[in-house]
Amino acid sequence: MTQTYPVITPPGNSRATVPAVALRGLTKRFGSVTAVDGLDLTIEPGEVVAFLGPNGAGKTSTIDMVLGLTRPDVGTVDVFGMAPRTAVAHGLVTAVMQTGGLLKDLTVAETLELTAALFAHTRPVAEVLGRAGLTDIADRRVGKCSGGEQQRLRFAMALLPEPELIILDEPTTGMDVEARRAFWSAIRADAEQGRTVLFATHYLDEADAYADRIVLISRGRVVADGTAARIKAQAAGRLVTATWEGVSTAEAVTLRGLPGVQDVELRGDTVLVRAADSDAVARYLLTTTPARDLQITSRGLEDAFLALTTPGATR
Amino acid sequence: MTATATTVPERRFPPLGGFSLTFLRLEIRRLLRNRRTMVFTLVLPPGFYLLFGGLSDGYQHQSAGNGNVSAYLMISFAVYGAMIANTSAGASVAVERALGWSRQLRLTPLDPAAYIATKVITAMVVGAMSVAIVFLVGALGGAHMSTEAWISGGLVAWLGAIVFATFGLFMGYLLPSENVMQLLGPVLALLALMGGLFVPLDVLSHTLRTLASFTPAYGVGTLARAGLLGNGVDVGAILNVVVWTALFAAGAVWRFSRDTTRV
Repeated sequence: MTQTYPVITPPGNSRATVPAVALRGLTKRFGSVTAVDGLDLTIEPGEVVAFLGPNGAGKTSTIDMVLGLTRPDVGTVDVFGMAPRTAVAHGLVTAVMQTGGLLKDLTVAETLELTAALFAHTRPVAEVLGRAGLTDIADRRVGKCSGGEQQRLRFAMALLPEPELIILDEPTTGMDVEARRAFWSAIRADAEQGRTVLFATHYLDEADAYADRIVLISRGRVVADGTAARIKAQAAGRLVTATWEGVSTAEAVTLRGLPGVQDVELRGDTVLVRAADSDAVARYLLTTTPARDLQITSRGLEDAFLALTTPGATR
Repeated sequence: MTATATTVPERRFPPLGGFSLTFLRLEIRRLLRNRRTMVFTLVLPPGFYLLFGGLSDGYQHQSAGNGNVSAYLMISFAVYGAMIANTSAGASVAVERALGWSRQLRLTPLDPAAYIATKVITAMVVGAMSVAIVFLVGALGGAHMSTEAWISGGLVAWLGAIVFATFGLFMGYLLPSENVMQLLGPVLALLALMGGLFVPLDVLSHTLRTLASFTPAYGVGTLARAGLLGNGVDVGAILNVVVWTALFAAGAVWRFSRDTTRV
């Protein structure tokens, strides 16, 4: 199955730019399980990319390879044109992991002080404390911090070396709605400074709301890549509904024959057309038929997600 | 900076594999904060010295080489204290692996060698504190020996305990547990007993005594007491320390390299 996906080039970027992440034919097996299966992906500097997929799709395995925590069995990983470990050692890429990675017996400020000491170049600890909203709890032991506070601490640690790329692996798991919103506004504010962000999530609304680009993966492969709107259209199409008094079956068959139309349904005087190219259907209905009261609705990202990640449902 | 980076910025790489005094200072502070570790390394060894008769009149007046029997006891428990301190500092890698901290550190420039070096230095600092406190309690409470014996006894007890820093690291990488020291406690007690730190090995049968001389605490104990007893340097004891240190270090390196491929 060879398929090309629309590549989104962020505005103002020249082709000569070194990609933030370049994955070629990435494959990782654990015993008989293929977690990542020949994955290709390029992320340009400045993009905010959501890595969306169900549990076990290969998101974390891929992230581990980008961070140099594991090696691919086949394929190559380049981070800013370097080996992952080199990019990490130069503070170009940092990560916020889902759980763990903190010492309970250090305070918040000590954790940052320690992390800062390991890098050659960092922002001042006090500044990063402020940006992550941790100033008030700087002297609190990490073990006494709430889940949301610990996650903000992980984010602060990731900010310290001023990385060009931040990777977040399901960063808001277990946070309440308010904490999630606060966390994402901090990330978004940060991304506006030009930082590249790659985040893995299985929350569709997060991907929809915060990413410029969604990379949908299933069973270790990229199954869709583009803006949220584009993925919705690609996977599930849009639904065009119109009132057409006295519509005949023959006319419905003609509609079905239009390019990009997936399905046509008649309910009395109402015609429902499911199509990838809703504009063409709308133009046809309004210009060549008596149809009126036209409505175009997008099926949700959730439908797209299910359509693209459920085995056997892919077109 | 501009909104979009067009080139990868020049970045420096830290010297010495990321080894830093801040990291070392915080590591030592963490150990000092750990109440359990403090009890086992700074309270129990001098406590044992007093309990096992350091203050008894008989021991103070009974001579042993260039000092008295109290000094003999004091050196033994200083070695014991350094042994516990070094093992717990080394074994702290088990807790850090369990918490995902080791993985977090791999997202920094910190070189594994610099990490291990920091752990060993931390172990040596806490070990020095343990030796110092036992010697202080001993000096105030009846131990007498020649100046040379004080110096050689203290230095050997402190530096020789590196065998247990490597032991702790090996166990820390071998046992994926947050409670590794609870598992190692009884093992250390047995090693201390076989090493002649609690009671002189004369009380054991000949076979058991020969066997005991091959256990890891025996070499350090024997060398630490050499200055007091004035009976010359035991080549077998030196070999004991060197061989066990090499074996434990090799074990730690072996487990560590497996660890990095798996995590």
